Amino acid sequence: MFSGPPPSDYFAIFGIEKKLALDVEDLQRRFYDNSRAWHPDRHARAGAEQLAYAEEASATLNDAWRALRDPVTRAEYVLKAEGFNIGEQRGRDVPPELLEEVFALNMALEEAREGDAQAKDDVAASLAKFEGLLREIDAERDRIFQAYDANPNRETLAGLRALLNRRKYIQNLVRDARAALA
Amino acid sequence: MSLFQIDFGNEDKPHKVVGIDLGTTNSLVAFMDLTAPKVIPGPDGNPIVPSVVSIPEHGEPIVGSAAMSRLISHPDRTIYSVKRLMGRGVADVQEELKLFPFHIAAGSESVIQLELGGKRFTPPGISAQVLRQLKKNAETYLGESVDHAVITVPAYFNDAQRQATKDAGRIAGLQVMRLVNEPTAAALAYGLDKRNNGIVAVYDLGGGTFDISILKLHDGIFEVLATNGDTHLGGDDFDNLLLRVALEDIASEWGVDLSGDQVAVQTLRRAVIDAKHQLSTLAATTIAFHYQGRAYRRELTRDVLEKLITPIVNKTLGPCRSCMADAGVTPEQIDEVVLVGGSTRIPLVRQAVRALFKAEPHTELNPDEVVAMGAAVQAGILSGHVHDKLLLDVTPLSLGIETMGGVVSKLIHRNSTIPATAAETFTTAVDGQRNVLIHVVQGEREMVRDCRSLARFDLKDIDPVPAGMAKIEVRFLIDANGILNVSAKDLRTGKEQTVEVKPSYGLSDEQVEAMILESFAKAEEDFNERQVREARVEADRILNAVDKAKGDDAYMELSDAERATVDNSIAELLLAYHGENHHLILDKMEALNKATMKLAELMMNTAVRGALKGTKIDA
Repeated sequence: MFSGPPPSDYFAIFGIEKKLALDVEDLQRRFYDNSRAWHPDRHARAGAEQLAYAEEASATLNDAWRALRDPVTRAEYVLKAEGFNIGEQRGRDVPPELLEEVFALNMALEEAREGDAQAKDDVAASLAKFEGLLREIDAERDRIFQAYDANPNRETLAGLRALLNRRKYIQNLVRDARAALA
Repeated sequence: MSLFQIDFGNEDKPHKVVGIDLGTTNSLVAFMDLTAPKVIPGPDGNPIVPSVVSIPEHGEPIVGSAAMSRLISHPDRTIYSVKRLMGRGVADVQEELKLFPFHIAAGSESVIQLELGGKRFTPPGISAQVLRQLKKNAETYLGESVDHAVITVPAYFNDAQRQATKDAGRIAGLQVMRLVNEPTAAALAYGLDKRNNGIVAVYDLGGGTFDISILKLHDGIFEVLATNGDTHLGGDDFDNLLLRVALEDIASEWGVDLSGDQVAVQTLRRAVIDAKHQLSTLAATTIAFHYQGRAYRRELTRDVLEKLITPIVNKTLGPCRSCMADAGVTPEQIDEVVLVGGSTRIPLVRQAVRALFKAEPHTELNPDEVVAMGAAVQAGILSGHVHDKLLLDVTPLSLGIETMGGVVSKLIHRNSTIPATAAETFTTAVDGQRNVLIHVVQGEREMVRDCRSLARFDLKDIDPVPAGMAKIEVRFLIDANGILNVSAKDLRTGKEQTVEVKPSYGLSDEQVEAMILESFAKAEEDFNERQVREARVEADRILNAVDKAKGDDAYMELSDAERATVDNSIAELLLAYHGENHHLILDKMEALNKATMKLAELMMNTAVRGALKGTKIDA
């Protein structure tokens, strides 16, 4: 077990194939099993080399569990591994089809900040709409996951990245709206 | 699988590893006794060693209860609550200085230097004295040398505070096998994993620090989901508040401001602490203070105390809510709540916890002892005696590096399970540049100035290449202790780079080494003392045995001369016993052994005869 460097690939360290659609419960079971095997506390009395291996493997496992348990960070990990640039290129531009809705929400947020009680209802209505959109996006995301797992290709990933960018944008709107209502 | 197995594998022989709770107010040491953790009593029979150190004019530092009484007689030579200064710089502790009688020497920018009785000490150096006392207590109790320990730290301690704790262990001659977070240790001690696979919140309000941790339990795995806290919130704050109120009260009653008088302040401090303790069980008590022939008495009710401390108790609720949000759980999802730390004896604190988590908190284990007991369980895990438990802890604060314009680029987010890693590639800005300076910070804010500077280091000896061509990969690893390790590699050449990390706050390796060397000189004294102590324990055993034998019929079978020799040997051993020479004690023990040889034989024969008789009757 302690020969060669530990796997650095997040899927390999769990001993699973690279898939976007994952059974998170199975992943968690594997996380606990591998932690039991690799955690440095289990090798505290071993030699320096074995301890270093355990620390390395354990650290990668922890990073991998953090990344893969959540569908969004999992997708980002796969996108990055496939050479897609994520992060910086996420535009701040409003997706055109959302322009009207976003404008309405921003108006309502502004009025709510100024103490308009009526505006809060408008924010709540907007929030409900965007939360619905998020659910649709997540359903679409799961469809893309299935499609990619059946037939891995770059076009599908490009579509996934566009979807995630849209999701991020809406997520921020939802966060602002919730903060205004809290 | 059995709970405890003795490992006869070819790994190193297991060392005795003890668990230590190095607290702000009190410290304790515990060990794994076959099946359960057990706290180790000191010479006075009490496991609690107050974290108080006093430096006498001559001789060794005084630690614990004995030092505590010197708080009043020698306030300028005695220090308490030094944990508040661990891993901090002078600028961080200005608030502390208003409330605690710390005397800080000049030149304390990166490591605080405390002045006590004309000598200088660092906070890890003082903490090492407390650790040394605990080590001694453990060695006396266990009858073997103890060199390995697990030490607990508040979960919310940053890198520098953890490093300072580890340094204190090294200075005390302990190999610190692991720093473990106090609330996590408490969860281990409670062994809640046996009962369910649920979610547990640990609320830990100690003397000087507050922690909240939320854990998920799964077949012996204790996975911390999130942690939060305040490293400057605890029972000390209640004491300081009561002290201030009492001082004002006395000033108006007596027309004297005593706040500058150390002896008066320490005496009054003791009185308000006693009153605080009493109000955990009584509805009303009296603060009684006598000073220079004058008496001050003030009735204090629990109602008034609660009104006074409510704002401080409420300060713990924010971190609790954030912690639940970070863990992604609601109060309803929390199955168990565990209370840790002496301040959780306060009814108001319990009430606040009950209301927030909507659950009746666990209080079965002594809140003063539970952390040390958990540390002992972790020690059992590390020494291979406990196989069925594993802690997966998190880092409490995000780790980042300074980028352009003083902005922080976060590399490892808070509440990441540790060990955790991150890698970042750096390049050069000008042609032929040989060095790159990297500044590591810890904290949640966006700007470097709002975060805590952790360390700076230079990537050196970079191949002189055009700007932007160099590619140095720096790896940050937060280990299972929550301490940062840095390594760097030149990606163009594959060569490992040297990284010399200069901590922003704390002792350098050289300083720690120097302090260890200094303690070696004392170690010889310690060692001699230990041998004397061990010899005395052995002598006690023999003296007791001989005393008992004198009542045996066989004793009368000895001649008068033989009995006189025995009495003589006893007298000589007793004389040696009260000396400091362990060789002499051993010699006199040997002599007594010889003098009682015949007596032992006679007794043996009597015993055999008795046994034979017994057999016959039974048959």
